[in-house]
Amino acid sequence: MTIVLDPTGGQAPAPRARSPRPTALDGCTIGLLDISKARGDVFLDRLAERCAERGWSVERFAKPTFTKPAPADLRYEISQRCDVVIEALAD
Amino acid sequence: MTAPPERRAPALPDGIVAVVKRSCPTCALVGPVLAQLQAAGVALTAYSQDDPAFPPELGGALDDTALELSWRLDLDTVPTLLRVEGGVEVARTVGWSRAGWEALTGVEGLGPSLPEQRPGCGSLNVEPDRVDELAVRFGGSRLRSRRVELAALEDEVEALYDRGWTDGLPVVAPTEARVLRMLEGTDRAADEVVAVVPPDLVACTVEKVAVNAVMAGCRPEYLPVVLAAVEAACTDGFNVHGLLATTMPVGPVVVVNGPVRQRLGMNSGVNALGQGNRANLTIGRALQLVIRNVGGGRPGEVDRATHGNPGKLSFCFAEDEEGSPWEPLSVERGFAAGASTVTLFPGEGPRSVVDQLSRTPGSLVRSLAACLRTVHHPKLPLAFDAVLVVSPEHARVFRDAGWDKARLRAELAELLALPGAELVRGAGGMAEGVPAGLEDAMLGKFGPDGLLIVHAGGGAGLFSTIIGGWVNGATGSTPVTREVRE
Repeated sequence: MTIVLDPTGGQAPAPRARSPRPTALDGCTIGLLDISKARGDVFLDRLAERCAERGWSVERFAKPTFTKPAPADLRYEISQRCDVVIEALAD
Repeated sequence: MTAPPERRAPALPDGIVAVVKRSCPTCALVGPVLAQLQAAGVALTAYSQDDPAFPPELGGALDDTALELSWRLDLDTVPTLLRVEGGVEVARTVGWSRAGWEALTGVEGLGPSLPEQRPGCGSLNVEPDRVDELAVRFGGSRLRSRRVELAALEDEVEALYDRGWTDGLPVVAPTEARVLRMLEGTDRAADEVVAVVPPDLVACTVEKVAVNAVMAGCRPEYLPVVLAAVEAACTDGFNVHGLLATTMPVGPVVVVNGPVRQRLGMNSGVNALGQGNRANLTIGRALQLVIRNVGGGRPGEVDRATHGNPGKLSFCFAEDEEGSPWEPLSVERGFAAGASTVTLFPGEGPRSVVDQLSRTPGSLVRSLAACLRTVHHPKLPLAFDAVLVVSPEHARVFRDAGWDKARLRAELAELLALPGAELVRGAGGMAEGVPAGLEDAMLGKFGPDGLLIVHAGGGAGLFSTIIGGWVNGATGSTPVTREVRE
């Protein structure tokens, strides 16, 4: 019988409940997150227009670079200011 | 060396303790002396490492065939004679020496027919094929990784595949004995955190690196290089998260400089970028296994590469500094000559530049520039770095003409200042390119620090090699050099 050592990080993330999903976007603040990839802004500009037509409030955010995870401060700011967030992946 | 496992001293019977083995002629020689001590009224306790019926003069000894007592006493020689007071060893002598034994026991006239002295034999607990297992069995493990028991009928290699721990090739089973042996390669504590490894951002200890280095096939002396590579990869500047996640065909390329190359027998010559050298291959592989197993970076999950490249199994080589006309890459990057370093570059697979006819630097540099221009796309400037691996035969052309590295770099920069009119979108019938409006600009293929020049390869072949990079600078990845702490 062989005993080996686990080579993994042994991650056991604590389960966290998802925030309740809104049933409608009326009254919500919608975050639009640009990951700074080419032409992501084209898509988000159009989404912002469509949101404005419906009278929904929009906040715009951008990651410094698409190659790295969003900084913790940015994620926190979005969570404090928005009810939902739409992230655009583009090229 | 790591701190050896703690050897809790065993409680010993007071008086004289002897440890012997039958297979040692000196132990056989001193059998009558032990009987003589017993007859003189000495409180003698003997232990035998290989046969409890030995020595016959005492009618046998206590059984230490498991070698626990020998290991805890950290014996290296038998016979070993101890004086014990209050359960604690106060004096020790090894081998046979009449004077030494008489001083230790306080009994005169020992072994009158024996020579004055006779060296002992190696103690069984330090035999190379036992030493690691004994440390595991009695050492009280310092290692914190979860133990995974493989079933007796489970094939070891298959079991490690089944758990998703391999890169597609078989790995060496990371048993505790192997991991402890690997940790002997560094003086860093097993629980020291080396880096936070993306994408799962896991704090990775020296122990976890050692486990993966065992799996990759490293020898213990490679571990400091692997540790330096992991540290370098997991910096914000190198951004191995992005390198892993990108759709582009890139991975960490490790270039090793300094005396550690010779100590590990690394290859910087014939087939330096290819197969066949254990250190080159397993160091690069260990880094990738750390990213996979510790960081959780697996292809098809966070690794989204469209094609990838075979170098993502392992891509590590050494610079040929001795044959180079130029200063080593490490010195160029600010490290002292004689320092051992790893330089990590975010690279694709290598491609060859063939120029067998240029005998002047002016001609050869044009060939190199023409090929360097094509990195990722001949119409895309400034976005990607590259490594130029110059072979000895190509380097000779520059050496003979007195071109230093700065001259080569400057000439390349001049040749790779590209007219915007050739680069704009649509030029040459190709939609790819830089935005309109740059027609009149001159754009460099590489930024000022965007070309790394390394000397490596076999003595025959008028070829060089280009390793294209990935999105460079703060947006993507910057090459990172770290000193190897040996």
